[in-house]
Amino acid sequence: MAFLEGHALFRNLYCLLAGNLDNTVACSGRGGLLPVGWEWLAFAITAFAITMVLLNVFLVVTMFYTYMERRLLGRFQGRLGPNRAGPFGLLQPVADAIKLLTKESIVPRGTDLLLHNLPPVIMVATVFVTLAILPFGEDTFVANLNVGVLFFLAITSVNALAIFMAGLSSGNRYAVFSGMRAVAQLISYEVPMVLSVVGVILLAGSLSLVEIVEAQRIPFFLLQPLGLFIFVVAISAEMNRTPFDQLEAESEIVAGFHTEYTGMKFGLFYLAEYAAVLTSAAVIVTLFLDGWNGPWLPSPLWFLIKVFFLAFLFIWVRATLPRLRIDQTMAFAWKFLLPLSLLNIFVTATLVLLLGEETATGVALSTGGLWAMAGINSVVALASVLLFARMVHLRTPVHPIPSMQPSPSEVA
Amino acid sequence: MIREVPGEELARRLQVACPGAVEAWQDISLWVKPQRILEVCRFLNQMPGLEFNLLNSISGVDYIEHFEVVYHVTSTINLHSAVIKARVYGREEPSLPSVVSLWQGADFQEREVWDLMGVRFEGHPNMKRILLWEGYPGFPLRKDYLEAPR
Amino acid sequence: MPIRSEPVTVNVGPQHPSTHGVLRLRVTFDGEVILDMEPVFGYLHRGSEKLGEERTYTQVITLTDRLDYVASMTNNQAYVLAAEKLAGIQAPERGMYLRVIAAELQRVASHLVATGFLLNDLGAFATPLMYCFRERERILDLFEMLCGARITLSYMRVGGVFQDAPEDFWPALRKFMADMPHYLDEYEQLLTDNEILVTRTKGVSILNADHALNASVTGPVLRASGLPWDLRKIDPYEIYNRVQFDVPVGKAGDNYDRFKIRIDEMRQSLRIIEQCIDQIGPGPVRAIVPSLIRPPIGDAYGRIEGPKGELGFYLVSDGSIAPYRFKIRSPSLINLTVLRDILIGWKLADMIVTLGSIDINMGEVDR
Repeated sequence: MAFLEGHALFRNLYCLLAGNLDNTVACSGRGGLLPVGWEWLAFAITAFAITMVLLNVFLVVTMFYTYMERRLLGRFQGRLGPNRAGPFGLLQPVADAIKLLTKESIVPRGTDLLLHNLPPVIMVATVFVTLAILPFGEDTFVANLNVGVLFFLAITSVNALAIFMAGLSSGNRYAVFSGMRAVAQLISYEVPMVLSVVGVILLAGSLSLVEIVEAQRIPFFLLQPLGLFIFVVAISAEMNRTPFDQLEAESEIVAGFHTEYTGMKFGLFYLAEYAAVLTSAAVIVTLFLDGWNGPWLPSPLWFLIKVFFLAFLFIWVRATLPRLRIDQTMAFAWKFLLPLSLLNIFVTATLVLLLGEETATGVALSTGGLWAMAGINSVVALASVLLFARMVHLRTPVHPIPSMQPSPSEVA
Repeated sequence: MIREVPGEELARRLQVACPGAVEAWQDISLWVKPQRILEVCRFLNQMPGLEFNLLNSISGVDYIEHFEVVYHVTSTINLHSAVIKARVYGREEPSLPSVVSLWQGADFQEREVWDLMGVRFEGHPNMKRILLWEGYPGFPLRKDYLEAPR
Repeated sequence: MPIRSEPVTVNVGPQHPSTHGVLRLRVTFDGEVILDMEPVFGYLHRGSEKLGEERTYTQVITLTDRLDYVASMTNNQAYVLAAEKLAGIQAPERGMYLRVIAAELQRVASHLVATGFLLNDLGAFATPLMYCFRERERILDLFEMLCGARITLSYMRVGGVFQDAPEDFWPALRKFMADMPHYLDEYEQLLTDNEILVTRTKGVSILNADHALNASVTGPVLRASGLPWDLRKIDPYEIYNRVQFDVPVGKAGDNYDRFKIRIDEMRQSLRIIEQCIDQIGPGPVRAIVPSLIRPPIGDAYGRIEGPKGELGFYLVSDGSIAPYRFKIRSPSLINLTVLRDILIGWKLADMIVTLGSIDINMGEVDR
C-alpha cells in the first residue's frame, strides 16, 4: 500500500471504503462500505479519485501558467499580452482550448496514422506520469517511489521517441529536420542531466524524491551549485526552451515536429510543452531547492511558489536569449556540460568521503561538514565554470565544403 | 564626387583598343555595337585608368525599332562613371553577349532584362526567367505587349 | 555497410516565417549543411515598371512607396532626384533639408527593422524585434506629422517636398533625437555582450570586398566587407556635402559586421539629422513646377544611398507627361546575387541569419 501513503484525504477515503482489515494503513473506523474481498475496488476508486483531482488541478495550473507566460512575455517585450478574454485576459487559455478543440484535424496525405496520432498522446502522458512521483507538500504525494529520480529520468527520455515519431510521420522536411535534431539533442543532454543528479543522490543517499527532500538539512543548491547549473541547462534543453529550442526553431524549421499537426493534436503538444516546464521546475525544486520546506506558509503553497519562481526564470530566459546553432548546442553538451558534471561528481564524492562520518546506514555529514562542503563546492563551481568558459569555444571553424553537385547555373 | 566620363573620351580610348566597336556618342552616353559589348566591357573593366569595377545597373529600353540595353558602370578606384548603350535590332530573337564573366552582378539583372524585355544574353550560364515563370507568354515591358493573358 | 544517404532538397519559402516576405529558396541540404541554393523570385511581382509608364511623373511617386515598403522615404527621394535630373529642376534649399531629414529618419527606421528581424532570425523570440519596433513607431509618428501617412508616404515631390513640416514636428524630432542614442546603446550592448549572438554571427558567411564589388553588392553589406563606399560621401547629392559624418566600415564581412554596421550607421544618421536641424533655414519647400511635368527627350539615372544599398532609377523621357521607361535598380535583388556563394557549406540556421543580414525587402526584390 505504499501507493496510497500520500495525503490523509485519500487514506481516509480508502479506509472508508475498505475498512480496517488486513492492510498496513492504520484506519480508525471499524468496517468499510465495501464487503470483504473488494479492497481492490476501494483501491481503484481511491486511485481514480487521486488521479482526477491531481490531473484537474494540474491542468488548471498549467492553463494559468500559459496565461502567465504569454502575459509576462508581453511585458518583457514592451506590449500588453492577452488581455481581452475575461478579466485581465484570464480566460484566454479557455478561449484557446475551445478554439483548438473546434478546429478541423488535418492529416497530411499518405501518413501512417498510428505514427502520426500517437506522439501527442505520448508527449502529454510522459508529462502527466511524472506527477505520480512528485511530492507536492508534506505527505502530499501519490507514490513515494524508491527509484523516483530514475523514474523521472527514464520518463523524460521517452519524449525524444515521440518527437522523432512525429517528425518522421509528418511527411514534412522541416519535421524531419526537427526529428533528427531531437534525437541528437535530447539524447546528448540526457547524459549531463543524469550525471548532475548523481551529486544529489550521493548527498541524500536515496533515489526517492521524498527522501531527497527530507535529507536537505541545508538546501542542496548550496551544496550542489554546479549540479544545479548543469541540471537547469540540461533540462531546459530537454524541454526545448531557448536557447536550445532547436526542435521547434520557428525562424528556421517553421514549427519543427508539429508543423503538420492541427487542432487538438497541436493543442496536446502545446499543453505538453507548457506542462513540462512546470514538472521540470517541480523536479528542480525537489532536488535542489528544498522541496516543500519553508517557514510560515503551508507546504504545498511553498512548493507552488518555488515552482512558479523557477517558471518565471524560464520565461525570462526565453524572452532574452537567442538560439544556438545545432552543432553549437551539441558542442555545449559534450564539451562543456559533460566534463563539468563529471568534475562535480568527483568533487562531491571526494568531499563526502573526507568530511563524512561512518554511521549505521552509511556515510553521513554533520551540519558543519555540510557548510564546509557548500563553501568548497561554490568555489569549485565558480572557478570551473569560468575556466571552462574561457577554454571551450563553441565557435567551430567551419570549412565551407565544395558543392557536391553541379549548381543550377551549371546544369542550365 | 563621381565624375561622369564623357562618351567622347571613352570613344577615343576605345578606338585604339577595340577599333570599330563604337557606334556613336553623345554627352555621357556611348553607343557600342551589341556584338562587341563584352569586349568593350572587358576593356573598361581592366584598363588601368578606367577600371570600371562596379556594374550599377543593366536596363533594357524598347524604342520600338530597336532595343537599347544600357549599362551604368562605376569605378570605385578612379571615382568615375560611364553609361554604355547598345542598340539591338530585331524583335524576334534580339541578343547580345553576356557580361556575367566580368561582373557577377550582371547575373540577375540580365535575367531580368530577358524576362521582362525579351533580350537574350548569349553566354549567360542560367538564362531563365526570373520574376515571371517559364512559359509566360510575351515580354511585359515591350511596348507592343498589350495585356496579361487570361 | 555504409548507410546510404542522399542530399535533400527543401523549398524554404515562399511561406516561411523568416524569408522576409515571399522569397523562395530552393536549398539542397546534406543533413544540416547547405550544398546548393537557388533563390526563386517573383511571388510579389506587381509590374511596377510597366505601371510607371502609364502614370505622370508625379503619380509614379506613389508607386515608389510600394517598392521597399519599410523605406518609402528613400524610394521617394531616389525617384524625385532622378526625375529632377531628367527635367532639370532644382529643389529649394529648405526642401532639400527636409528631404534629407526625412530620408535619414527613414534610414534609421529601416535599419531598426533590419536589426530587429535579424535578431528574430537568430531565435530571440521577438523581444529585440518589439524593442526595435518601439523606436520605429516614433519615427512613423514623425512621418505622420510630416505627411499624414505612416508607411506609404509619398512625401516628396519633383522639385521639393509635399508640404513644410508643421510647428509641432520640430519639438517632437528633438525629443526623438534626445532619446535615440540611449536606445542605440542598448542594442550595442546587446550585440557585444551576448555570447550566443557573437558565437552565432562571428566568422559566419564571410563576404570579401572584391567579391562583393564584383557582384554589384552595395550598401551596408558592401561596407561591412571593408570598402567605405557610401554615395552620400563619394557622390554627395542634395545637401550631404554640407554635413559631417563618418562612413562606418566592417573588417571581416561576416554576419556580425553586417549587423554592427547598421547600428553604427544609425548613429551617423542621427548626426546628420542634428546638423540639418541646425542648418535648415526658412524658405519655400517646393520649386514652382507645372503639375504635369514634361521633361525634355533624353534619359537620366538618379541614384542615392538607400538603407539597403544603391537605389537607382533610370528614367527615359519621350517628351510626354509619363516616363517612357521607368527602370528600378533595386539593391535588394542585386545584393542577393552573392547569397549562394556565401551560404554554401554553412548550416540551415546560418542561412536564415545570413539572409537577414543582407536585409532584403521582397517588395523591392520583385517590384
